[in-house]
Amino acid sequence: MPKKDNTDAHHWDQVIEPHGNALSPRFAEMWRYRDLIYLFVRRDFVAHYKQTILGPAWHIIQPLLTTLIFTVIFGKIAKISTDGVPPFIFYLCGTVIWTYFANVITETSTTFKNNAQVFGKVYFPRLVVPIATSASKLISFAIQFLFFVCFLSYYWATGSQVSPNAWVLATPLFLLLMAMLALGAGLLITAMTTRYQDLNVLVGFGVQLGMYASPVIYPISSLPEKWQFWANMNPVAPIIEGFRYAYLGVGQFDPFQLLQSIVVITLVLIAGIVVFSRVERTFSDTI
Amino acid sequence: MTNTVIKVENLSKYYRLGLIGRGTLREDVNRWADKLRGRNQPLAELGGKLTGREQGEIWALKDVNFDVKKGEILGIIGRNGAGKSTLLKLLSKITAPTEGVIKIKGRIGSLLEVGTGFHEELTGLENVYLNGAILGMSRDEVSTKLDQIVDFAEMKQFINTPVKRYSSGMRVRLAFSVAAHLEPEILIIDEVLAVGDIEFQNKCIGKMESVASQGRTVLFVSHNMNTVQNLCTRGIIIDRGTIVFDGSIEEATSQYMSNGGETLELSKQKFKGVMNKTIGFQHIRLNGKELCYGAQTKPSEAVSIELLGDCKKTIKDAEIFIAIHSDGFRLATIFDQEKTEALNSGAFRSTFVIPETLLKPGRYSIQIGAQSTRLKEWMISDFIGSFEVAPLWSDEIQERKVGPLNIINRGGGRTQ
Repeated sequence: MPKKDNTDAHHWDQVIEPHGNALSPRFAEMWRYRDLIYLFVRRDFVAHYKQTILGPAWHIIQPLLTTLIFTVIFGKIAKISTDGVPPFIFYLCGTVIWTYFANVITETSTTFKNNAQVFGKVYFPRLVVPIATSASKLISFAIQFLFFVCFLSYYWATGSQVSPNAWVLATPLFLLLMAMLALGAGLLITAMTTRYQDLNVLVGFGVQLGMYASPVIYPISSLPEKWQFWANMNPVAPIIEGFRYAYLGVGQFDPFQLLQSIVVITLVLIAGIVVFSRVERTFSDTI
Repeated sequence: MTNTVIKVENLSKYYRLGLIGRGTLREDVNRWADKLRGRNQPLAELGGKLTGREQGEIWALKDVNFDVKKGEILGIIGRNGAGKSTLLKLLSKITAPTEGVIKIKGRIGSLLEVGTGFHEELTGLENVYLNGAILGMSRDEVSTKLDQIVDFAEMKQFINTPVKRYSSGMRVRLAFSVAAHLEPEILIIDEVLAVGDIEFQNKCIGKMESVASQGRTVLFVSHNMNTVQNLCTRGIIIDRGTIVFDGSIEEATSQYMSNGGETLELSKQKFKGVMNKTIGFQHIRLNGKELCYGAQTKPSEAVSIELLGDCKKTIKDAEIFIAIHSDGFRLATIFDQEKTEALNSGAFRSTFVIPETLLKPGRYSIQIGAQSTRLKEWMISDFIGSFEVAPLWSDEIQERKVGPLNIINRGGGRTQ
């Protein structure tokens, strides 16, 4: 004799509703798709260098040229203070970590636009794409970072004023924070660009402006006293200052400010994920 | 114990036409500003222009309810634009419903599109892994099925070549092969997936059939009534966003075949020739029903075409005819009378019967017309419509008899 119909007491693996819960089940799902993240990272890397002659060398040429230009313009001509550190290594240090941030935010902010075709055909957690982007940009960061360490050892060996210290161990934390902020901001931007395409134009420009607003080519200490407070409100500032303090031993690094920026960054990331999740549900209707 | 694996409740999906969600910041700011002003002067809104929201809206699906039990093979049929694709998109989570709930038990895999995410620079092998992961397979799963995938696609020697050097046929073969080796508990298949040359298409259909016969739950969307009938155990018909039939697959296909699509408006057809001033056609019926897009007949039944029209003045030797075309080639011209007689002014009805088992399965287009030898006048339409002889094979109608006509060699034979 069949049991009483207990359909509603059923255990359902998935319930698709108009407005789902934005956060909770996603992380388990992301874990299931971890292979996809890995394969996306691999694709980005392989595809990017298969047809370039210089291959990974581009990763070094870019920051090298940027740093040289900064050294000439800001170090030699404008003569902005570098806290007594050789200008070249000072700029290189800031450029390396800023480049990672800029790369991630630029790329993740076009997630929906660049993947419209795939998103309209197959389902996988959309968040996989920006997360993979953040990870694949780590590869170019690693190359640039090695390059930076080589120069640093040279300066250190020749007795320049650089003093790496125990904060070096916090490098993964600095990177993680940069990734979280860039990802959070990128998610917010890409979610908004599905509605307002104008914003796409602003991203490249905004990132460039952001570099000047952040202590990449100048130390916070070179700013007038009353501006320093506001400069530190920028969540990127304590990270760059911290990173530079760790390797060069200069700068106004205050762990309390870092803590402050951790709070801000976490909020930005959560907001980014929530907004992104809302948009991804109906995104394929608007393309 | 109930074995329901998919439960769809009051599912609706709403689309806005016209300005679909995309706009500039300025438009939204303007709209917002209007709203503010509107609040101060409530009357201002009355004469206002329509906003995007009011321009056009459509319920692609409205209040759809159905259950799917474990092991059931459900055929979803309906003409283009009926809401089939929307239903599949909702089930496979590509877009979220506007109202209603879908409850799913088990892993769901959908084959709606093949080859998405293929990257030009990567090799075939790398793309197999990537595409597999996009479809929800883990790397280990792909590895264990790799040989099968490559063999099925017949791509062994090219697997380490970048995909950009593949022909389009190779691409779809590899892509379909990856998708076909996905092994979820619930599989959603769109039949347009059968791709490539005829041989590979048959292989694809065969693969789908074998997947379906392994006791897995399958949702199958197709236009091919024969495949649906062979494969499915149950059928639903979707029309204008609602389910109009849910029941056995035989009933579903026969109902769909008899009134599947939109009817033709014969009075709007253009005719060549001067006789169209005298003769007008109003209706064309196929087996007693108005001819519609996607009309189908069975090969074992005679095809009866009926033309209803009127004549303004009596013509002594008028004859009404239809021309049957297959692949752009005129197969036959059939006259309503074998011996010409006068057509009196007023309404007339002409019937044409093509005997059973004469036409092989396939699509046949129809032209209609009239002529008078004495007056040297005629009229003929463009292709006004077509019907499909459903691909149902039997002893009399065999696939090996290539060509549009099925001639049974009753009088002949072989002597030795």
